[in-house]
Amino acid sequence: MSDDTIVVEMSDICKSFPGVQALKAVTFGLHKGEIHGLVGENGAGKSTLVKILTGVLSSDSGSISLNGNHVAIESPRQAQQLGISIIHQELSVLPNLTVGQNIYLGREPRKFLPFWIDWKTLYRMADEQLQRLNVRISSRTPVAELSVAQRQMVEVARALSLAAGVIVMDEPTSALTEREIESLFSLMRSLKQQGISIIFISHKLEEIVSIADRVTVLRDGSLVGSAPVGDLTPNQVVTMMVGRELGEMYPKQEVVRQEVVLSVRNLRRGKDLRGVSFELHSGEILGLAGLVGSGRTYVARAIFGADPIEGGEFQLDGHLVRIRSPQEAIALGIGFLPEDRKAQGVLLGLPVSSNIAITRMENVSRWGVIVFRRLKELALEFVAKLSIRTPSISQLVRNLSGGNQQKVVLAKWLALRPRVLILDEPTRGIDVGAKAEIHTLMNQLAKDGVGILMISSDLPEVLGVSDRILVMHEGAIAGEFSRREASPDKIMLCATGGKADCD
Amino acid sequence: MTDARATNRLDVLRRSTVFLILFAVAIVFSLLSPRFISLSNLSNILLQTSIVALLAIGQTMTMLTAGIDLSVGTVGVFCGAIAAGLATGYGFGVTLGTYPAFLLTMLLGAALGGISGLLIVRGNLPPFVATLSMMAIARGLTLVFTQGRPVAGLPESFIFWGSGTVLGIPVPVIVVVVVTALVYLLLTRTSFGLYIYAVGGNKEMARLSGISVRSVELGAYVISGLTAAIGGLILTGRLASAQPNVGVDLNLDAIAAAVLGGTSLFGGTGSVLRTIVGALIMGTLANGLNLMGVPSYPQLVIKGAVFILAVMLDILTSRKRS
Repeated sequence: MSDDTIVVEMSDICKSFPGVQALKAVTFGLHKGEIHGLVGENGAGKSTLVKILTGVLSSDSGSISLNGNHVAIESPRQAQQLGISIIHQELSVLPNLTVGQNIYLGREPRKFLPFWIDWKTLYRMADEQLQRLNVRISSRTPVAELSVAQRQMVEVARALSLAAGVIVMDEPTSALTEREIESLFSLMRSLKQQGISIIFISHKLEEIVSIADRVTVLRDGSLVGSAPVGDLTPNQVVTMMVGRELGEMYPKQEVVRQEVVLSVRNLRRGKDLRGVSFELHSGEILGLAGLVGSGRTYVARAIFGADPIEGGEFQLDGHLVRIRSPQEAIALGIGFLPEDRKAQGVLLGLPVSSNIAITRMENVSRWGVIVFRRLKELALEFVAKLSIRTPSISQLVRNLSGGNQQKVVLAKWLALRPRVLILDEPTRGIDVGAKAEIHTLMNQLAKDGVGILMISSDLPEVLGVSDRILVMHEGAIAGEFSRREASPDKIMLCATGGKADCD
Repeated sequence: MTDARATNRLDVLRRSTVFLILFAVAIVFSLLSPRFISLSNLSNILLQTSIVALLAIGQTMTMLTAGIDLSVGTVGVFCGAIAAGLATGYGFGVTLGTYPAFLLTMLLGAALGGISGLLIVRGNLPPFVATLSMMAIARGLTLVFTQGRPVAGLPESFIFWGSGTVLGIPVPVIVVVVVTALVYLLLTRTSFGLYIYAVGGNKEMARLSGISVRSVELGAYVISGLTAAIGGLILTGRLASAQPNVGVDLNLDAIAAAVLGGTSLFGGTGSVLRTIVGALIMGTLANGLNLMGVPSYPQLVIKGAVFILAVMLDILTSRKRS
């Protein structure tokens, strides 16, 4: 239970990087047995603050005390020894090892000889940790067989096995489905009962409100405020984060539905796709909801020709078309923004201009030779159109913020002037301001007659942005809702296999 | 965002390292040997570097796609031997002119590179395996064709390309300048060049952007085979005969030159100009050691050590980046 004992106290922490003051005298207190939400836009200093706490970075000035004693945390290893563990946004478990091997990696129990691993004890201890978390996985399971949520549980188990008193969770829910988030939350509550303090970083305010006891808001490296969650409304928190009143979260422009642009018939591939059929209208934003693993991404990738299919057909403007590769899809005017931006969306080591123009090279080159004037014009046009914040078009994409990187990926597809645009988790991991801009842009595109298929795990987003919503369950469309009739409960019921209200 | 400047600084450091190393090596040798800095010796270094430079240019192409071509040295020597055969009548029974022989052998080099490339993109062999096999095959074919003996009696026009000069500049140096300029333009001014960087930087992203990853990779290996053949022709011209037993160490030199030039073994980063500077480092090193009277066997040990250092530098800077 949360009590008044302060476990961690960070005082007047300052940190600057060349050209940027990342933290300006930030003070942060963590009580014993509390879940402490840490929020702020990207670049607000959340990550820097927890990196200092976990020994990844050292602060320029300021002090940290742990249970009342002044400590200097100089390395991640030292932080672990002090009982501070972090669960990263990008999971750091090794898929080629078993659950037990991951939990005790580097700390394997030995017998007989200093290098002889006592596997039996290791797996017994690992099973105990998993039981403590109420996770029903055998510690001998290879991690490769686990879902993202289960892998996260393995990380939590590892943190607990280190006797952690403080666990930092950096956006742990970004890759989870609603149901998995619920089970993560019940796990967090039980850790709290055991007196463990949790720092919870999230972009989703609903999550902070539902799980955290206290919330601290950072903006531009400064502490804006810290208060018990009950004292603040979500709108107040958003205002604190962005420093301005945001308009309506999901401004929606009603669009007159036009003719069918893309018709998908009976897509099949084993268990992934079991006969998916639907129609996408020009000028419509069609939301594709469902749990992770329900086949939403498979549908997107199949339409784009990124993965082979076993059966099914596509009609574009009423004509039967074949799509066997991304190249063919692009030639037909289909664009695809993949869910994993860094792995599939942008080239971090290339400049903004090349990233934008890469789908349109034939238009900015002659006989294969790039006409740099045209490349520059194209890039400048879209940097302006999407208000991408970059010092110049020759800046490497690596140096942009997540939201601006995502806009670069969007620009790349808009440069094609697509008829159909497929967006897979377009706003995941992006701050509130950039998210609103992307939504506005989607509305604008729909108005211009583009058919948009949007996959999102963020229910409020699906409900707020879509004209029509399809729900997938186990590789098939389980239900369809109009914007008016859709509600979170109906969609969740449908997505989890409940039939009652589906269509 | 916050790390942007640090990353930029690292990039600048990485880009200028190769020049600093060349500078340092040159200073050390000019202090150790008075003859090092003479005009004739500097021209000698350029000449010695030219063959490695040509092989390293192709190597850079394949490394940029996150591949590698271990066969450049032996493919080059094989092409040189075939050209010598065609130009002298040895082995084929017909004697072609020097230039038809050159043209055919350059096609042969491109074709051998193409075979490696097809094994990689169609056969899904790792580049390491495909080109290691090609390295053995090319060396074997050379030995079979030459019976292990030199092919001599080359026409003057052939020898000119290895030993001639134009306006006092050695012909091989001119060839390197021309090939470098062409490949530089290919990499920086054409969509194919951009795609090379895209494929090396992120294959899946490139595919999802509608780039034909296979053709791009195949193209890189074809070019690698082509520049290897050109290197082999120059080498043969310089030695005035096809020597079946040279070329084994050229692979290492070419890869080391590219890596020293900052071409990442992980793909997506590198420039052909810096590769040339990397080749100059290898050439300067060999030249300086020769001047100091270091025998060729221990020189190989030193080269190996230099290569290890170059790769360590690559790994160090790549890690800091991510």
